[in-house]
Amino acid sequence: MILIPCPHCGPRNASEFAWKGEHRPRPDPARASPAEWRSYLYHRANPCGWTTEVWFHRAGCRRYVTVERHTLTNEVRRAVPAGGER
Amino acid sequence: MTATARREARRLPRQPGEVIDRDRRFEITWCGRPFPAYPGDTIVSALAASGVRAFSRSSRYHRPRGILTASFHDPGCTVQVGGEPNVRGAHRRAEPGMVVSPQGVWPSLGVDLKAVSQLVGPLMGAGSQYKTFMKPVALLPAYQQVRKRLANGGRLPADPRPACYDKRYAHPDVVVAGGGPAGMAAAVAAARAGAGVMLVEEEYELGGHLRWGGPDELAALAQLRVEVESEAGIEVLTNSVVTGRYEGNWLAIVQRPAPGGPIEAGGPQAVVERLVKARARSLVVAPGLIERPYVFEGNHRPGVMLSTAVRRLINLWAVKPGEEAVVLTANSSGDAAVADLQRAGVEVVRVVDARRGGGIVRALGPARSRRQRAREALGGGLEAVLLLGGAGGVGGVELPGGERLECDLLVTAVGWTAPTSLLDMAGDRPFYDERAARFLPGGRLAEGVLAAGGIAGDGPLDQMVEQARAIGRLAAGQRGEVPASPREGHPALFRSSTHGMVDYSGDVSSRDLVAAVREGYDSIELAKRYTTATMGPSQGKLEVANAVAVVAEATGRTMDETGTTVWRPPYAPISLGALAGPRHEPVRRSPMQAWHEAHGAEPVVEGQWVRPGHYGDPEAEVLGVRHAVGLMDVTPRGKLDLKGPDVPKLLDLVYANRWAGRAEGAVGYGVMCTEEGVVLDHGVTGRVGPAHYLMSTTPAGEATVWEWLESWLQTAHPEWKVHVTPLTAAFASIDVAGPRSRQLMERVVEGVDLSPEAFPHMEVRRGSVCGVPGCYMWRLGSTGELGYEVNVPASYGLFVWETLMDRGADLGVGAFGVEAQGVLLLEKGHLMVGQDTDGSTHPFAASLDWLVELDKHDFAGRPELVGPGRGGGHQRLVGLQPLDPALVPPEPCLIVEGEATISGRVTSSRRSPTLGRSICLGLVAPHLATPGTVVTVVLPDRTRVGARVMEHRAHFDPEGVRLRA
Repeated sequence: MILIPCPHCGPRNASEFAWKGEHRPRPDPARASPAEWRSYLYHRANPCGWTTEVWFHRAGCRRYVTVERHTLTNEVRRAVPAGGER
Repeated sequence: MTATARREARRLPRQPGEVIDRDRRFEITWCGRPFPAYPGDTIVSALAASGVRAFSRSSRYHRPRGILTASFHDPGCTVQVGGEPNVRGAHRRAEPGMVVSPQGVWPSLGVDLKAVSQLVGPLMGAGSQYKTFMKPVALLPAYQQVRKRLANGGRLPADPRPACYDKRYAHPDVVVAGGGPAGMAAAVAAARAGAGVMLVEEEYELGGHLRWGGPDELAALAQLRVEVESEAGIEVLTNSVVTGRYEGNWLAIVQRPAPGGPIEAGGPQAVVERLVKARARSLVVAPGLIERPYVFEGNHRPGVMLSTAVRRLINLWAVKPGEEAVVLTANSSGDAAVADLQRAGVEVVRVVDARRGGGIVRALGPARSRRQRAREALGGGLEAVLLLGGAGGVGGVELPGGERLECDLLVTAVGWTAPTSLLDMAGDRPFYDERAARFLPGGRLAEGVLAAGGIAGDGPLDQMVEQARAIGRLAAGQRGEVPASPREGHPALFRSSTHGMVDYSGDVSSRDLVAAVREGYDSIELAKRYTTATMGPSQGKLEVANAVAVVAEATGRTMDETGTTVWRPPYAPISLGALAGPRHEPVRRSPMQAWHEAHGAEPVVEGQWVRPGHYGDPEAEVLGVRHAVGLMDVTPRGKLDLKGPDVPKLLDLVYANRWAGRAEGAVGYGVMCTEEGVVLDHGVTGRVGPAHYLMSTTPAGEATVWEWLESWLQTAHPEWKVHVTPLTAAFASIDVAGPRSRQLMERVVEGVDLSPEAFPHMEVRRGSVCGVPGCYMWRLGSTGELGYEVNVPASYGLFVWETLMDRGADLGVGAFGVEAQGVLLLEKGHLMVGQDTDGSTHPFAASLDWLVELDKHDFAGRPELVGPGRGGGHQRLVGLQPLDPALVPPEPCLIVEGEATISGRVTSSRRSPTLGRSICLGLVAPHLATPGTVVTVVLPDRTRVGARVMEHRAHFDPEGVRLRA
């Protein structure tokens, strides 16, 4: 099972987390074109390689965590609070 | 000679390494007859000591099967023990009173009518499951019945076994898979280097092949045992297997009961099987080697055994495996078996040495005269059939050149299979070593996975132990050199000149594999699936190398080019009970739930909550609310406490309507949407302080909404100052509803003016209720009546509930449950998220247009809702009344047009006691949403009935006069 290095709790089983999908900042809805908005809602890169995604530590600190993970090796090279440090 | 004494005719005198306790003899039952056994005996060793040769019949041809490996994986020794099917009889320890019977035999082991399928052999060949019994298609159901009769599983008990399965999480530094000499040495070295070690052994005792060895091996074993016992850092799990290795050394270990009973004695129920989930820094894979069967005609006959089986029978259980033996040997294990047999008094008719070019052609059945003699020796009759297993046993062997030898035991020692399963799961691909004539680890292991012992190489015992100690130190995080392991040469022996069984558990012969290749299934993975070779209960442990060899030979490729099939978890079988584990689902109860059940409430489960469904007469409960006053326990309604100056910004973002600027004490109703514009939840939020709000959610939506709020606060707007605290269980919540609810509240509330002018509909106040301070009171009207939701600190919930009941007795107060509440809501046309909406319902479809303020510059889901706009082509949620007022269509009946055009569905449907007729909510196509339209509802019995679309979704008091009273 993948270990997610939670920045608050340390390495924990992925089963403690909810995977929230690829990191996709919300565009400004007043400025975004329909295509950009559609892309924010529905388009995912799904790479074979490094990806940035959001995990929610549901059974732990209940914080959202931004994780850089290699989809082939599951290596995690970065895990930070989703909204930056507070 | 008594029958019982005769039954132990094959028990040898005391052996140096025997594991049976001769002082405590007991009986087990086999095929309805008593057989003696000792503690330490397996079911099969006890029966073999009395001369039983056949333990089951094979899955396809129903031929008798005897001992092959005398270990867990013995394919012919699967038996039924009492109500427990598929017990590995060559592994499971015999216990006093065990009732053991063979599986899949009818009417009996000796005379098996299913063996008729031997006569239709050609029909049962390669890929028969895809070919025979398939045409004509019209007969498929009949064929299925035939196949079911032929199936080979055991019988499940009629009543589920009262058994307790368990799970455990462990975090050892090092897990050693395999408790043979290498595993023990690695565990000791790792523990001495400071690591916490879990040593996992498949058998009941540590020691591996040393246990059935000679004096030197037994001495070495005794030494290693002392070392293991003296290390406090080693936890030993016997009768346990590492059955899977996953990402990051996440290990699945199946732990079965240790000798002498269940895993833990005591407690209400003993654990029969446990799944240990271990996260280990290092995994040392030391499973040893599995002896490989040899493929030749008749190799399935009872009496054909592997050299390790013979050595285990003699040395562990003091069982004489036969009377006259022929041994085919290609290695030291075969040589040692010869020595053991001679010591045990078995006449060794011939030793055929493959290293000197010797070989065998086929095993023969017993000569008629010989069978007759054996039957007479046993007194004939059923007893003899039982012991001899019918006519299938081995009676001789044919050598090259046509020489025939009589024997009742044919032992083969032709080589080894490295069970690389765990290494495969760690990313390795084994390669075929020509010189060693076996597959070896490929050396492409994931970090933290090491191989030790026989799986990694050969060599004398002390050298292997030293190497394992070095590996143990590496596993513990120390640096050091690991001496290379030598590889000894071994003759490549897979198949003789005849065809025989490759997969014993699936009854797949080398002839089947050759046929599969001829039909074009010439890759090992295809041939495997087509013939089911390696797919039976032994999962390739015995047969994979032979399958590869036969396919390689048939395709003209080398072993290495052919490759092996991929070994996936689980390596060892695990029961579904252990996978499921004990029930740890949390159950939530309000502080008043015990009161409800004491007052006749039918408990219903809603999500995690247990709630009162009704108290006997839900219709009376509805009428009580409409005419007097009712109390409902609404504790599961979600409560989120929101504090901070930026709460209005958050509310404006998650609700589709406007929130900024609401006064203290004001309550708003709103709908939340996902970014896709779909209804997520709805509920009320009240401003209870200058920067303090209380949000309520649906019972099911509590966790989702909390997570949703946090996602906005943590990811998109970390700069907002809002603190969210879930308070659902901190309060007990009571709905006080009905025309007399104000009267009741006036009797118990202090410090709050309840007059309609001072405390109007959709406001919230804080005060004391029944003398309990710090309660919230909400004037809401979801039931359609004047009503209050009261939140009291949970510890006072029952007190307040009982006080309200007491003080309202003269007003006709009564409790109402979930069922009555559903009717009350439906009478008012209130939707339930998840019942009247689904994963594609946006607020316009739910007819919540009045809650969507698109002129607000932003809220979650707005960009998606701007597109469809109001009144687009989507379905609408409408009130429906069947033309027949007595008919309550079940949920969710379809609404159709014409023959079969689906135009909607009935989402909620009840009989309204208030109106004395049936009422519904339904999603209908927009052109059917006009009031007065009569739509067609299809009932489950396909009859069609009409239902009228109503002007209002509220069937009762659509103007909402009553709730504003």
